[in-house]
Amino acid sequence: MDKELGALLETMQLIRSFEEKAGMMYGLRKIGGFCHLYTGQEAVAVGAISALDLGKDYVLTGYRDHGHALALGLDPGAIMAELFGKATGASRGKGGSMHMFDPVRRMLGGNGIVGEQIPIATGVALAQSYGRTGGVTLCFFGDGAFHQGALHESLNLAKIWSLPIVYVVENNQWGMGTNWKKVSAEEDFSRTSQAYGIEGRSCDGMDILEVRDALRETVARARKGEPGLVEARTYRYKGHSMSDPQKYRSRDDVEEYRKRDPIASLKGRMEDARDLSEAEWAALLARVEARIEAAVAFAESSAEPSPGELYSDVYA
Amino acid sequence: MSVMSYREALGRALDEEMARDPRVFLMGEEVGEYDGAYKVSKGLLAKYGPERVRDTPIAELGFTGAGIGAAIAGLRPVVEWMTHNFALLAMDQVINAAAKMRYMSGGKLSVPIVFRGPNGPAEYLASQHSQALASYWVHAPGLKVLAPATPADAYGLLKSAIRDEDPVVFLESELMYAWKGEVGDEEFLVPIGKAALARPGRDVTIIAFSKPLRVALEAADHLSAKGVEAEVVDLRSLRPLDEAALYESVARTGRCVVVDESWPVASMGSHVAYLVSRACFDRLDAPVALVSGEDVPMPYNHALELAAQPSAAKIEAAVMGVLYREA
Repeated sequence: MDKELGALLETMQLIRSFEEKAGMMYGLRKIGGFCHLYTGQEAVAVGAISALDLGKDYVLTGYRDHGHALALGLDPGAIMAELFGKATGASRGKGGSMHMFDPVRRMLGGNGIVGEQIPIATGVALAQSYGRTGGVTLCFFGDGAFHQGALHESLNLAKIWSLPIVYVVENNQWGMGTNWKKVSAEEDFSRTSQAYGIEGRSCDGMDILEVRDALRETVARARKGEPGLVEARTYRYKGHSMSDPQKYRSRDDVEEYRKRDPIASLKGRMEDARDLSEAEWAALLARVEARIEAAVAFAESSAEPSPGELYSDVYA
Repeated sequence: MSVMSYREALGRALDEEMARDPRVFLMGEEVGEYDGAYKVSKGLLAKYGPERVRDTPIAELGFTGAGIGAAIAGLRPVVEWMTHNFALLAMDQVINAAAKMRYMSGGKLSVPIVFRGPNGPAEYLASQHSQALASYWVHAPGLKVLAPATPADAYGLLKSAIRDEDPVVFLESELMYAWKGEVGDEEFLVPIGKAALARPGRDVTIIAFSKPLRVALEAADHLSAKGVEAEVVDLRSLRPLDEAALYESVARTGRCVVVDESWPVASMGSHVAYLVSRACFDRLDAPVALVSGEDVPMPYNHALELAAQPSAAKIEAAVMGVLYREA
């Protein structure tokens, strides 16, 4: 099995299995509140993050953040424990689904306000530029956030200050229940950044190798101070959050995209190239399942935050 | 001791902190080429260059958020807003991000940043440019809020704010920039969270902060001529609040007038009045009085705009009220 492709496949499957388990745990009321699953979009986070140097690069995203956290290497146990609100969670039970943080793993959040992370990520890139760290920031957001003024202010700042940042639009086509075409003056998001002198490009967000290659080029340019924007056309299989009945789209629409499933596509490609045996796939699935089971066990057995934690970390 | 203006004191603090720590940089509207909309950053571009004295577009949400991002990634930004009125455009980033990133990350992130600029009414600037917005910032846990009223405090508190590990909102004032006062020649810090005794007295405690401190002291002078010795306490730090200093003073005087140029509803002043009423209930000889800005948008007409703000006469009347004496 090709080592690099195998790692991409396994991380995507880890996210898929994690999210399926998270959905089950939500049904069992182990998880509360808003819980936005990443199922269907795995190729975007995994492909894009594979183009980074995690010794010096950073990632910020919105509230659909489990996939990015897993792709960055956060422990599934810490993420599941966070969903359970436990003290061992990635944010010590204070953040929940939408607020995963781990600066050591280069994950700077996890934001619940649509587009909140865009100016912040721009500032992280400013710090990288100021400190001559050689690092790049990836800023993920969706088609809904695209119309926030914050993006347009940030594109302008990134250009005038030559910041090492790549804005990754995960166009999953639905801003909650509103189709992106209905609310977008320009349907090709990659064109919009060009108004700011920032090169924009589109890629198939269901094809991880296309995402990876697009990001490799864009990240390399960003590292030299040329900010970029990549629109990845993707699709979420589940509702916007766990409480979404999805009356705005048909089952057929979802099925059409499932035919182009990013995991099945890469797996098929590897099988066709005789690069993935049945035994290897079974072993991969077994490894993933073991990690997910361990994550749930860890979350279950972890302690709740003590009542005294209510007032900790408000200030330094 | 040197006599310097409030603006010069702020500029000196910025200069010293930028010289001390290469992570400190200033960004905002007109801070560089223009030398500061109110000349606080005068000379800093020439000394530190455009990377550390960074002119921004007029995009408060974007550059405020960028400051926050730079802070979580290890820098110590000072973000200058041309006025706090414009900062309302950036409120999302300050409240939804800066104030709670430490908490919602379980302590994994720090946001060491200062947001500063003039707040409150000046003269002839009408409704959108004359708002006293301290209460907006003070409401949010996770923020520290400072409102120095003298050049020495402006200097010492800004230095403390820049060195603080948490986000600090710093309230200045267009009219105060020209005010002069003595500032020590040796470097010093003013600790965050400590009120100052601006004038000792025994008959009544007047609690004020920021620009209205001056009218509170003026009122105290007039009252002294009438035989009333008012103690004037300058909050300086609105959050954290030096509650002990307030209660100690009111416990001695038994009477309290709070002065705040903000609107009266759910304001810093009304909160302080509530705290004092609750903590000093047994020591108070009269209900706590609040002299606030009038509950109206600011009018342009000068007589009307003066009438909308706390004045020495209003404070004197409130003091006479809590003393149950005829004005």
